[in-house]
Amino acid sequence: MSMPEATSAPDAPVINMGTAIRDGLLEAARRDPSVIFFGEGVEDPAALFGTLKDIGKHIGHDRMIEMPIAENGLIGIAIGAAMAGKRPVVSLQRVEFALLALEQILNNAAKAHYVSNGRHNVPLVLRMIVGRGWGQGPEHSQSMEAIFAHVPGLKVIMPAFAEDAKGMIAAAVEDDNPVVVIEHRWSHYTTSPVAEGYLHRPLDGPRTVRKGDGLTIVATSYMTLEAVRAADKLAEAGYPVEVLDLRVIRPLNLDPIVESVARTRRLMTVDTGFRMFGIGAEIASEVTSRCFDLLDAAPVRLGLPDHPTPSSRGLVKGFYPDAARIARTAAEMMGLDDTRISAMEEEILADRKDLPLDVPDPFFKGPF
Amino acid sequence: MADAGNDYRLRCLKQMLRIRLVEETIAERYAEQEMRCPVHLSIGQEASAVGVCDALLSDDRLFSSHRSHAHYLAKGGNLKAMMAEIYGKRDGCIGGRGGSMHLMDPDVGMMASIPIVASSIPLATGTALSDKFDKNGKVTISFLGDACLEEGVFHESANFAKLRGLPIVYVCENNLYSVYTKLADRQPDRPLTDIPAAHGIAHRHVDGNDLEAVREAALWAVETARSGNPTFLQLDTYRWREHCGPNYDNHIGYRTEEEFQTWRLQDPLERYRKALEESGTLGPASFADLEKNTQAEVNDAFAFAITSPLPEPTEALAHVYA
Repeated sequence: MSMPEATSAPDAPVINMGTAIRDGLLEAARRDPSVIFFGEGVEDPAALFGTLKDIGKHIGHDRMIEMPIAENGLIGIAIGAAMAGKRPVVSLQRVEFALLALEQILNNAAKAHYVSNGRHNVPLVLRMIVGRGWGQGPEHSQSMEAIFAHVPGLKVIMPAFAEDAKGMIAAAVEDDNPVVVIEHRWSHYTTSPVAEGYLHRPLDGPRTVRKGDGLTIVATSYMTLEAVRAADKLAEAGYPVEVLDLRVIRPLNLDPIVESVARTRRLMTVDTGFRMFGIGAEIASEVTSRCFDLLDAAPVRLGLPDHPTPSSRGLVKGFYPDAARIARTAAEMMGLDDTRISAMEEEILADRKDLPLDVPDPFFKGPF
Repeated sequence: MADAGNDYRLRCLKQMLRIRLVEETIAERYAEQEMRCPVHLSIGQEASAVGVCDALLSDDRLFSSHRSHAHYLAKGGNLKAMMAEIYGKRDGCIGGRGGSMHLMDPDVGMMASIPIVASSIPLATGTALSDKFDKNGKVTISFLGDACLEEGVFHESANFAKLRGLPIVYVCENNLYSVYTKLADRQPDRPLTDIPAAHGIAHRHVDGNDLEAVREAALWAVETARSGNPTFLQLDTYRWREHCGPNYDNHIGYRTEEEFQTWRLQDPLERYRKALEESGTLGPASFADLEKNTQAEVNDAFAFAITSPLPEPTEALAHVYA
């Protein structure tokens, strides 16, 4: 069973996940001069949503490599530099930009170690950001972890919490493998006390963030926050459920999930990608294979519906799974009566008040 | 026999002959069905691999493509390990994981062969970037075919190499064909060197079947690159056999027998042998001796590959992650 790591002292500075990632990258780069940064706008005033802010000032601007607009070429160049001993960190403003570089990522980053019989390592970090909200639309808001997780040789991580992200990004930089880091823009806003200085969190799979016996929810990235909110409401109503933050998509550590489901007898997955052919499908399928006899209900997957993400806040209504839907689905799986479910659902929606759908909920300013 | 100044000539002749005999032996024995992977032979193109690699130091780096036998051998790769790799054996240079299209030996600077057209070009550019960081004086060679100039990633890499002043030489072996499609059907009628020129990259265009011309151009390109100015070489040459496999394919209709014969007369090995004999660098009986000794070495390598064991299926699981 994977337990939550000790969290930082409550008097540690409260920062958001974007800043925590920046701090983690800077600490990792300070410790190892072979760390170099590539990005489109690597040192521009926006500094990639602040996640690279002032890093060049601290480690030297020659280690900050502005990318020409050439994702396949530049990621290939980063892979080559990694084969020659560097630890490149490539930052992309949107996940979709990585699609221009799939050839290099899937063929060379994922396979260089294998096809060199272990002679080459590619210690590469590929950060890509999911841009949900504010009408980002079909080609600026996708979450494509399933594509990267499909290919052996890549590691894929999706931090959801500020402190965790700081430690995981440092671990990603130190890892001798190519690590795809998918950062959700709305997770960037989450805050919590984060230990100062160097922090390392091993890339080792699910972390339990809520305990309970009614149901196991396996969530990824930002959906972990929605699941936590749903779990808190369910607990208030007397039905505590377990929430596992998957954290590491590949290599997928199923054991803690199976162990939890064996206890709760019910599984729900909530991920940031499309539901079809997604991470939830893989988990539900594996868990069903491993502990079919222990299940009291069929596993349920929540994810994005089967159409591209529209831009209009009118069209996007109901597109994303949220805490209310998670709570309702969980309650139905546990057999609660509909009156109680509706009451809980209404409470969650009331908390959000009339906040527009296309901006993050201030609830997600932790600490968690 | 040769004076000291002629050492490289005999060395290059021997390398070209060795590559030729290896590949002809592959062609001859391919029908035995023991080399169970695609093979892309560069018979007829030996001068480019040998001329370029002779201009390199042993720790300079080289990246290649699907047609990599000549590059691997010219860079100092282990012949026995190459043959074992093609035979899918455990003693292959990467333990049977890649076959003929993934030859590599980083100990001699043979970094990788990547069979996707143009895919190794950014990798080569990346090692050049790293070496520039480290100020270690190494140069990277990126061997590419004429079709690579149609891929966006060449332009992306060339742009960056020039922008950053990287120690890299892009060596285009122009053999006129991408599988069965001729250059004229793929690119407009303009000098190939216009493309690197558009990126501000210094370039030379030489007869790729003329060992001396290739070597001289390579010496210039490598030294220019070493000073932080990326360079491009266009080496015109011709593959004699089919794109993939051991046979001649002049009868299937995409090229003419006449065209083939014209190039056949430009055989880089034969041209160089004659030139060395005429200049007295190579004695009358020497070539026959060389051929005999080299064929014996080649036969040894094949025997080694054949007797090497197949890897166990469980070995396929290793090295997915570092």
